[in-house]
Amino acid sequence: MPDPTDNNMRAATIAVLVENEAGVLARVIGLFSGRGYNIDSLTVAPVDETGRISRITIVTSGTEMVIEQIKAQLDRLVPVHKVSDLTLEGPHLVRELALIKVVGKGDNRVEALRLADAFRARVVDATTESFVFEMTGNADKIDAFCALMRPIGLAEVSRTGAVAIARGVSSIGSFGEG
Amino acid sequence: MSATSQHADATPLTMSGAEVVLRALKEQGVEVIFGYPGGAVLPIYDAIFQQNAIRHILVRHEQAAVHAAEGYARSTGKVGVVLVTSGPGATNAVTGLVDALMDSIPVVCLTGQVPTHLIGNDAFQEADTTGITRPATKHNYLVKKSGDLARVVHEAFHVARSGRPGPVVIDLPKDILINKAPYTEAPPPEQPHRSYRPQTEPDMAQIRKAVALLKAAKKPVVYAGGGVINAGPEASALLTQFVRMTGFPCTNTLMGLGAYPSSDPQFIGMLGMHGTYEANLVMHGCDVMLNIGARFDDRVTGKLTHFSPGSKKIHADIDPSSINKNVKVDVPIVGDAGRVLAALIAAWKDDPAPPDREALAAWWRQIDAWRAKDCLHYVQSGSIIKPQHAVKRLYEITRELGRETFVTTEVGQHQMWAAQYFGFEKPNRWMTSGGLGTMGYGLPAAMGVQIAHPDALVIDIAGEASILMNIQEMGTLAQYRLPVKVFILNNEYMGMVRQWQELLHGGRYSESYSAALPDFVKLAESFHAVGMRATSADDLDRVIREMIAIDKPVIADICVDQKENCFPMIPSGAAHNEMILGPGQEGGVAGVTDEGKVLV
Repeated sequence: MPDPTDNNMRAATIAVLVENEAGVLARVIGLFSGRGYNIDSLTVAPVDETGRISRITIVTSGTEMVIEQIKAQLDRLVPVHKVSDLTLEGPHLVRELALIKVVGKGDNRVEALRLADAFRARVVDATTESFVFEMTGNADKIDAFCALMRPIGLAEVSRTGAVAIARGVSSIGSFGEG
Repeated sequence: MSATSQHADATPLTMSGAEVVLRALKEQGVEVIFGYPGGAVLPIYDAIFQQNAIRHILVRHEQAAVHAAEGYARSTGKVGVVLVTSGPGATNAVTGLVDALMDSIPVVCLTGQVPTHLIGNDAFQEADTTGITRPATKHNYLVKKSGDLARVVHEAFHVARSGRPGPVVIDLPKDILINKAPYTEAPPPEQPHRSYRPQTEPDMAQIRKAVALLKAAKKPVVYAGGGVINAGPEASALLTQFVRMTGFPCTNTLMGLGAYPSSDPQFIGMLGMHGTYEANLVMHGCDVMLNIGARFDDRVTGKLTHFSPGSKKIHADIDPSSINKNVKVDVPIVGDAGRVLAALIAAWKDDPAPPDREALAAWWRQIDAWRAKDCLHYVQSGSIIKPQHAVKRLYEITRELGRETFVTTEVGQHQMWAAQYFGFEKPNRWMTSGGLGTMGYGLPAAMGVQIAHPDALVIDIAGEASILMNIQEMGTLAQYRLPVKVFILNNEYMGMVRQWQELLHGGRYSESYSAALPDFVKLAESFHAVGMRATSADDLDRVIREMIAIDKPVIADICVDQKENCFPMIPSGAAHNEMILGPGQEGGVAGVTDEGKVLV
C-alpha cells in the first residue's frame, strides 16, 4: 500500500505491452509529460511475429505513490495490454546497447583499446584517428566506460536506453492475450 | 474482430464512408447529433440529408455542440454525439471535450479532416486533431483505411460508455467519407476488446473487508460522487437502500448531487469548498469513510495533510488510477458503483456482526448539533434580492408545481448557490461543469437536456458573465423551439472572482466588474425569446412563475445583491474544520497563507 508521506524515491523499470498502432507512443509519452512524471529512458519495438504488439520499456523514478499512479495511468490507456513493474516483481535483466565514438592519436588509441577490452566493448568501426565501440550492459557499466573515455577523446555517444526482462520461467506474454 | 474486416471485401461495396458512419451510429442507437457543418464533413451532411432516423441539431458554435451532447448524455445515460468539421471546428470543440473528460461524460465526437493525401501539408482548415485532442479525450482515432471505419465507430461508442466514461474523437479524412467502405456490425457485447477491458465486478474479499470496517464504525460517513450517477439510476437506488439500511449519514459531491435524495434526513448536504458545515465536519471527524465513485478532488479534500485525519478509508472506483492518487486509502475496491453497492448490501446482510447502534446514535447527536448551526442561513430583508433567496424560491416553486425539472448551471457563485439551495431527489437532473469549471457550459447543456426531454422544465441557473460565453445558442433555442429557461443571477460581477479578490487580494477588484452588459430583456427578444426582469424581492415569485408558465425560451434577468458572497467556504489551503461561515455566524479561520494563495 503506497504511503503518501513516504517521500523516498525509487527507480522503476516498467514493461508495457501495447497495440502497435499510430499514436500509441505519443499517448505514453504525453501521459508522462502531462502528469509531470520522469522518463529516464524509453525504448520501443514490435515483439510478436505479426508485428501487432510492441513492447515499451520505461525507466522512471518517483515515490511509491507516483509509481503506482504511473502504472495505473498506463494501464487505462485503451491500446495498452499489460503493464509490468519489473523492479517490483523480482529478479530481472536490464541491458542497454551503446555506440561510443573515441577520437585520438598515439598512446590514447592504445589506452582506448585496452579499456574497451576490459569492458568487453567491440570495435565496430576504425579509422587512423577514431574508433567506434559497441557495448552492451546496464546503464552503470556504460556510464563508467564513457567516463573513462572522456579524457582519452570521447567524441560522441549513442545509447538505446534500457530493455529488460524477468529472469526465470515467468513471462508477461508477448501477445497481449494473457 | 479483425482489424481490417477482410471478410467484407468479398461483397461489392455499395455504401460511401459517410453512409457507413451513419449506419454505425444508427446501430449504436443514436437518435440525435449536435453539430456544425463545414467543408471536410460535407459528405456526412449529405448522408444526413438523405435519411430520417437520426436528427441533427445545428448549434451556433462547436464548443456548444459538445456541451449540448454532454447535457443530453448526463440527463439520459446515453452517449452524446457531436459532428464538427476539420481545423477550427475541431479546435473549437476542445474545451467541451476536456470538460467531458474531467466529468467522465460519454461523448463521441466526429471531426472532419482533410483528405489523407493532404494530411501534414498545412492544407486549408487542417489541424492535427488527434494530436491536439489526445490529452483531451479518453481515446481518439484517425481513420486512414475505409475498412476500419465501421469497426472504429463501434469501438468508439464502447470506449466512451464503458469503464469510466469519457469523450472519444474519431477524425475522418474527407476521402474516407467519400470512398466506398465495407460495413461491419458491432461485435457482440460478450466479445472482449483486445486490450481494453475495464473491471466492473468488485473483488469480494475487499467488499468483506469494507463491511467489517463499516460494521465496527462509530462515526461513519458515505461520500458518494458522480460515479454513482454514471452507473445508472439503479446505482442511485442501491445507494439509497444501503444508506438507509445502515443508518449512516450521506454526503454527495457536486457531481453526485441527486444520487441520494436531498430531502432525506440522512442527507447532510454537499461537501467540499462550498459544502455544508455538517458535511465537512463529518468528513473531518469520521472514523470510517466509504467513498463511492468520487475522486478525492482538491475541491473536496481541502488541505490534504489535514484531510479526515482519523479515518479508515474505503474507496470504490471504476478507475484504478483514481485510487491512491491524492489520498491513501485502506480498502481499495475497483468496480462499477452499482455492482459495488449491490455487493456491499449483500455482504452487510451476510455479516453477522451487529453495527454499533449506540455509537451511531451519539454520532447523529453530534451531526444534529452541527446542523443546528444552519450554515446556509441568509437574511432576505428589504427589496434587494439575495441570490440565495432567488435560487431557493426557484426550487420551492418548481417543487410546488411538481413538473419534471432539470437544472444546468454555468460556473461561479451562482453554480455554488444552485448546488446549495436547489434540492435533487433523483439522479440525472443536475448538470454542471464540475472538473473543468467551464463558464458557458449551462446554456448549451440545457439545450441538450431539452432535446432529450421535450416536455420537461429545463432551467439554466446562470451568471451574467458566464451566460455571455455561449449566448449565441439562444439562436439554437429559437430554431428548435426549445423552451429552456435561463435564470440569470445578475450581480454585475464575475462573482466568484470578486469574492476571492475580496477575501484574498485586499479588495482590489481587478477586471472582475461586468461592464457594458447587454439589456438581457432586449437580447432575449432579439433572439425570438421572452425576456423578463426582477429588480425587487416583491417581483421575484411573479417572474419565476411567469418564466415557468411560458412555453418558449425565456431569459429571466434577476438583479441580485452585488456584494453577496458564497458561504460556507473552505479557503484554499485550509482544512475542513477551518471553514468560513457567513456574516453573523461563528466559525473560525485565521487568514489565508501564501501557500494557500497559490492554489486555485
